Amino acid sequence: MTALAPIGVETVGMTMKFGAFVALDNVSIQVRPGTFHALLGENGAGKSTLVKCMMGFYHPTSGQLIVGDREVSIDDPRAAHAHGLGMVYQHFTLVPSLTGAENLVINRPDVPAVIDWADERGALADFMATMPFAVPLDVPVSRLSAGEKQKLELLKQLYLGRKFLILDEPTSVLTPAEADELLGMVRQMTVQAGLTVLMITHKFREVTAYADEVSVLRRGRYVGGGKVAELSHADMAALMIGEKTLSQKAARSGVPGDAVLSLRGVQAVDRSGLKQISLDSLDVRAGEIVGVAGVSGNGQTELMELLAGQRPYQAGAIAVKGHAYDASRTQARAANVRYLPEEPLHNACAPRMSVAQNMAFRDFDEDAQGKPRFWLDTGAMRAKARELVAAYNVKTTSIDSPIAALSGGNVQRAVLARELTGPVDLLVISNPCFGLDFSAVAEIRARIMAARNSGTAVLLISEDLDEILELSDRVLVMSEGRIAFETPIGAADIGEIGQHMAGHA
Amino acid sequence: MRRSEAVALPLLALIAGLAAFGVFLLLLGKSPIDFYGYVYQAGFGSAFSWENTLSRAAPLLLAALCVAIPARLGLVVIGGEGAIVLGGVAAGVTGASFPGLGLGGIALMAVAGALTGALWIGAVGWMRVRRGVNETISSLLMAYIAIALMNHFVESVFRDPASLNKPSTAPLEEAYRLADMPGMAVHWGLGIGLVACIVSYIVMERTTWGFAARIVGGNVRAAQIQGLPTGRLILGFTALAGSFAGLAGMVEVSAVHGSANGSLAAGYGYTGILIAFLARHNALAIIPVAVLLAGFEASSGLVQRRLDLPDATMLVLQGLVFVAILVSETLVGRFRLFKPETWVRA
Repeated sequence: MTALAPIGVETVGMTMKFGAFVALDNVSIQVRPGTFHALLGENGAGKSTLVKCMMGFYHPTSGQLIVGDREVSIDDPRAAHAHGLGMVYQHFTLVPSLTGAENLVINRPDVPAVIDWADERGALADFMATMPFAVPLDVPVSRLSAGEKQKLELLKQLYLGRKFLILDEPTSVLTPAEADELLGMVRQMTVQAGLTVLMITHKFREVTAYADEVSVLRRGRYVGGGKVAELSHADMAALMIGEKTLSQKAARSGVPGDAVLSLRGVQAVDRSGLKQISLDSLDVRAGEIVGVAGVSGNGQTELMELLAGQRPYQAGAIAVKGHAYDASRTQARAANVRYLPEEPLHNACAPRMSVAQNMAFRDFDEDAQGKPRFWLDTGAMRAKARELVAAYNVKTTSIDSPIAALSGGNVQRAVLARELTGPVDLLVISNPCFGLDFSAVAEIRARIMAARNSGTAVLLISEDLDEILELSDRVLVMSEGRIAFETPIGAADIGEIGQHMAGHA
Repeated sequence: MRRSEAVALPLLALIAGLAAFGVFLLLLGKSPIDFYGYVYQAGFGSAFSWENTLSRAAPLLLAALCVAIPARLGLVVIGGEGAIVLGGVAAGVTGASFPGLGLGGIALMAVAGALTGALWIGAVGWMRVRRGVNETISSLLMAYIAIALMNHFVESVFRDPASLNKPSTAPLEEAYRLADMPGMAVHWGLGIGLVACIVSYIVMERTTWGFAARIVGGNVRAAQIQGLPTGRLILGFTALAGSFAGLAGMVEVSAVHGSANGSLAAGYGYTGILIAFLARHNALAIIPVAVLLAGFEASSGLVQRRLDLPDATMLVLQGLVFVAILVSETLVGRFRLFKPETWVRA
């Protein structure tokens, strides 16, 4: 094993502004040479922005980067590579149809026009002999498992001579066993081979098991950190989530009624096909908001798909008002079930169809008496759209404009107008305010609260913990495809919620 | 304003394609002015050329619907040719097998052709829904299978022993040949095609089924979250599209050939793709576009003779127009001229 002279990296007062939005605010972190450093934070805390500044993808508004003991200016990723900085992404950047060996060689900056493969193979064999782990280099990458691919990504960085590696949630596509194996090796290389590692994560378990030091970001600021050995999970959760006040801005009224939605023992396969979604028991009662918190990718998307009939399940039962529910149009209509999926333009609208048409999606095929229609009533459709546009304050040039021309907040208002008119008994919502501006957020949350107060059962799936805490009557935490924790809002302990979100049961 | 964009962009693309073909002619040392003059003369210059053009337009109207209808559901079906040839064989065999039924026999042939086409393109929809098979590729490949099947049928199973030089099914009796429409030498196929276009337009634009289909085409995820039966809609509308192509085959057999034979594979299915795209998959817009393209085809013989051009000339022209259309699709929404904001003070 070749002992490299380890290099450390330090950011000093790093600030990054996108227009008026401050993504990073005066962040100084120090990654000491030869250590395994974890960068912890919620979604949107600025972790990715920080490492992109380090790698030269972004040019920070102000602040310095120190590599080794010299201040450097990194204009683009190539400059970062020249200083020995490399990055392993969440998703693979290998060419699937090429073999491991080919992937390594073509990524070299000095690759010759004619490659002497016999020579290269010999050099690769020598290189592999110095590595603490092996990956089959002679089969196409597409035939490797996710764990092997991620190891190959790592090998690629080492092969290219990088001494400081940034790992961006390297385990998000791996099974727990693969994750442990990979991180174990990384840890070994920092101890034995002089590698320095900065890993973005939101899993506490990985931090305690593998990292030496940790830095925590919250809302673009450095809020603390230190030696992992000296910090408990509770300390880290408190840093990551901060002092949240349980503000109850919207007035609540009424008491919860009977269960409207019940899931029992539902088992399904997740998107990757590798992990299991397993929901033992979930009830949402009339007049309550049940918030499902969790770090993205822990089964929330799949939960939404299960409820919308878009994901088959192998076992268990989903019932609405005591009857088995398959999410067909007839059943959703009979039981007054409505959906507000995340990214409404992408999941709930036909972007090139007009505002009026999009607003008619829910009831174009029935008349005022609820009887099926054969002829389309465009006049009524437009009249209804005009009414809803006014009532929900949707800003659009015309009801005939394509809905894609509207701003995100106005698309969400249009979809809310469509889904919240008429009696609503169950409302399933996913990240309703993602990417919206302040005023739209307040208005949309008020509408959700108003629906709850009028007796609607609301299931709110959100990655924004503030939103969950503001709106929910009960909070559930999803982790690894399960409901890991449940608490009524009155007894909610933020540290505890944070720990369960971070996968520490 | 969106409407005017929907007309102006394909029109510009058509002109660009024709202009590019003019350059091609100049390179060959021919005069584009002469060329388009002959096209006009042979396609639209006289009552006779109009009749010739309209007769050719009949199957093109139906073939274009086979592309335009699935396109409204977001599916690119380009294998209408397969449904045309098999629909033609089914109609020819049915007509020859059940003689003496008068108009009822024609109706029976039409049903046989439409049903065969519906099954053929419906199968494309079924594979899409159940197995996620790409409908563009499957329909194209199935067109080759269909042509092979047709050749097999007319050369062996259903071959009329009397058809020596050109293997065909048994000839249809005179009562089973589609007559001319009143006052012109154009067969009733044109009437069938026009009615099919109008009915399709009404179904797509004025009924709730058509609206549901457009939601599927607009965003299948939005359709699913609304609980719309996306699979059944795709199956139903691909079958409807296929039935029109099958009907085109029946029209060709009954009005033109008098029996099913290899002439059925005349490329109408492929010209239909160009027409549907030029018409932006609007069933009413298909009518003028199909007549225009039929005029080009009708003039093909004349320009070959007068200008001494090879017989692939018209294919080159169609190809250039098609490329221009595909380019124009990428320009939708790019021109400020067509945006309502340009005209309305917000």
